[in-house]
Amino acid sequence: MNQEQRGEPVNYNKKHFLDLKSLSASDIHYLLNSAQKMKYVLENSKGYVAPHLKGKTVATLFHEESSRSRLSYELAAQNLSAKVINITTAREFNQKKSLKEVGTYVDKMGADFIVIRHPISGGPHHLAKYVKASVINAGDGLNENPSEALVDLLTILEQKNSFTGLKVAIIGDIMYNRVAKSSIWALIKLGAKVSLAGPTTLIPRDIEKTGATIHHSATEAIIDADVVLCLKVQEDRRGIALIPSLNEYKKLYKINKTRLSYAKDDVIVMHPGPINRGIEISSSIIDKEGSVLDKQQGSGIAVRMALFHLHCRSGGGSLHV
Amino acid sequence: MSSTNLTLIRKGTIITHDKTIHNMDILIENEKIIDVDTNIDIDQCDVIEAEGLYVIPGLIDMHCELCEPGYDYRESFETGGQAAIAGGFTALTCNPMTNPIIDNKTVVEYVVNKGHNVSPVAIYPYGALTKGNQGEDMTEIGGMQLRGIVAVSDGDISIQDSKTLKRVLQYASMFELPIILHCEDHSLSKGYGVNDGYIATQLGLEGSMAASESLMVAKYIAIAEELRIRIHLAHISTKESVELIRAAKRRGVRMTSETSPQYFSLTEDTIDGYNTFAKVNPPLRKEDDMKAIIKGLQDGTIDVISSDHQPHNIDSKAIEFSLASNGMSALETALSVSYTYLVKSGYLTMEQLVDKMSHKPSHILSLNKSFFGVGHLADLAIFDPESDYVVDARNFKSKAKHSPYHGMTLKGLMKYTFVEGKKYTLNI
Repeated sequence: MNQEQRGEPVNYNKKHFLDLKSLSASDIHYLLNSAQKMKYVLENSKGYVAPHLKGKTVATLFHEESSRSRLSYELAAQNLSAKVINITTAREFNQKKSLKEVGTYVDKMGADFIVIRHPISGGPHHLAKYVKASVINAGDGLNENPSEALVDLLTILEQKNSFTGLKVAIIGDIMYNRVAKSSIWALIKLGAKVSLAGPTTLIPRDIEKTGATIHHSATEAIIDADVVLCLKVQEDRRGIALIPSLNEYKKLYKINKTRLSYAKDDVIVMHPGPINRGIEISSSIIDKEGSVLDKQQGSGIAVRMALFHLHCRSGGGSLHV
Repeated sequence: MSSTNLTLIRKGTIITHDKTIHNMDILIENEKIIDVDTNIDIDQCDVIEAEGLYVIPGLIDMHCELCEPGYDYRESFETGGQAAIAGGFTALTCNPMTNPIIDNKTVVEYVVNKGHNVSPVAIYPYGALTKGNQGEDMTEIGGMQLRGIVAVSDGDISIQDSKTLKRVLQYASMFELPIILHCEDHSLSKGYGVNDGYIATQLGLEGSMAASESLMVAKYIAIAEELRIRIHLAHISTKESVELIRAAKRRGVRMTSETSPQYFSLTEDTIDGYNTFAKVNPPLRKEDDMKAIIKGLQDGTIDVISSDHQPHNIDSKAIEFSLASNGMSALETALSVSYTYLVKSGYLTMEQLVDKMSHKPSHILSLNKSFFGVGHLADLAIFDPESDYVVDARNFKSKAKHSPYHGMTLKGLMKYTFVEGKKYTLNI
């Protein structure tokens, strides 16, 4: 472990948390390291409320419904003594004006953090140009969901201790999975080898330029993998068929015992959930003891606490008195 | 002397589409050039010392949106005209993408009259090919032609249905007007403003395939070739399109084509960080495409460089990338970008550039302009070929005061523009 990996004297000085693509390996290590500390505190002192964000306000601005991830942001903020405001607009995202207007309004009301989930790629980046608060991207369009990816990375780190030389196979719908995209950017930077497998219609164009390898056979991608990240699949998007049927998908890409036997013996299988049981992964693997699938959620709050803590230190919020 | 207005341009380098003459004096009386000679000796006249400056025929733009009627908050004939002068253009055309759309003689009449009354430069309207640019019903081209349209076009929309397209092209062809066509298969691209490739993947955006352009180019060529119809393809941006056009021209298809400065000076990477100011349609492409465009300009596959001026107010640019409008404010940078990236880089001669930005447009549109010599109208642009200047979009005359070239250093600073003998001194 070098200095950076221990998360010590790295100069992490970012106001916003928008994506993993633009962060360096040491930035990501630093974030993960802080999350580990938060997780330790969470697990060992139940009910303890840390004072780090006392007097600060976190606004969650969700343009898409999401209970799980909003909950983890809100709990994380509360664990650090922040006030939480929630603005969820269930209505169909409205044309041109709303984001900048709603965002700057929330900003002027004194929010120190705006956690935003937005249906358009680059929405949080756009908002960040106009507000004094720190913007935390909780998922934008088809682009990234960097915090959720950190949760996955933390799980991998806990299980494997290091990313260097690790082989991570990502199977399924990569095109429409923003967590997977964040993970790809990060894993490559962290020194992991990434192999992707999925139907051609669900692989983003030129993604091999990241350094990842593309396979159309799931087995081929899984050979010697340390980690298999299995993604949720949907038959169609806005009425346009992306695969002929789930039945065909299952035949080609389902993670089953045979396919998994090509991976390393200590392989871990992860899925962001909710799982289409028997389509993406066979039941026997889901229910197998030692599967890490259900452990991922425990890290969610810790990662968000770390994000609030680090971005608070580097200048979140300013109108607050 | 009292009733006449004399201007002497001294010792300039005159460059037309076919020749360069150094150290020449030009004498302008009222709207016309009355003498071109070495050492014209005359008293009592306005003198411009043009030593070291290039004097070229006024530029003529074949692809421009002036937003009137209907969208004058984006641009007007007046501000568009001022932007033209600042960029060395002395004649503009206007796309029919207005509100109401220029698809009938009444709107044509309005544009011709208002343009004439308020714009400092000549304005020539295009008439729509289909009603409301909907790609369905044909317009009354005959009536519009009598009122003064110089070409027919559906602006930046392509007719998608092949049968309709064939019928519309067939009908339009009998008027001997240029038929100007945007190339985009909308089932593969709906003005996404980003090239389908690594940059789209990096930003998580849906991209416009290069094939959406070349498919349409191929379709237009096939119909035009079989029916012997003359066509002009607008803002070509891909390598494949250039190759299709080159091959078609070799076979003798009656066609011309055009590109715009952004397609030989900027690549898709310019939109990194969701830079909406570089969001244009067709989108910025790859390095290879840029090279092919330049090659096409060199060998004559691409005849014309147009500005592709498509002004938008800041509110429709300073929003999320997918919602932002396509287009840039381009009249004031078209010449300097072209000069810097093509002439200064050694790809084209200055004569070739004049040909593509003035002579060919005039020829294709039958405007009878871009002539230089005694007895002709004094439509001229004078610029400094050597000194650098930094683009500051905030000083644009256009209502759209933003540009992907903002902050870039270019050569080709415009000094004077003459429109029918009227001098405009430019100080940027």
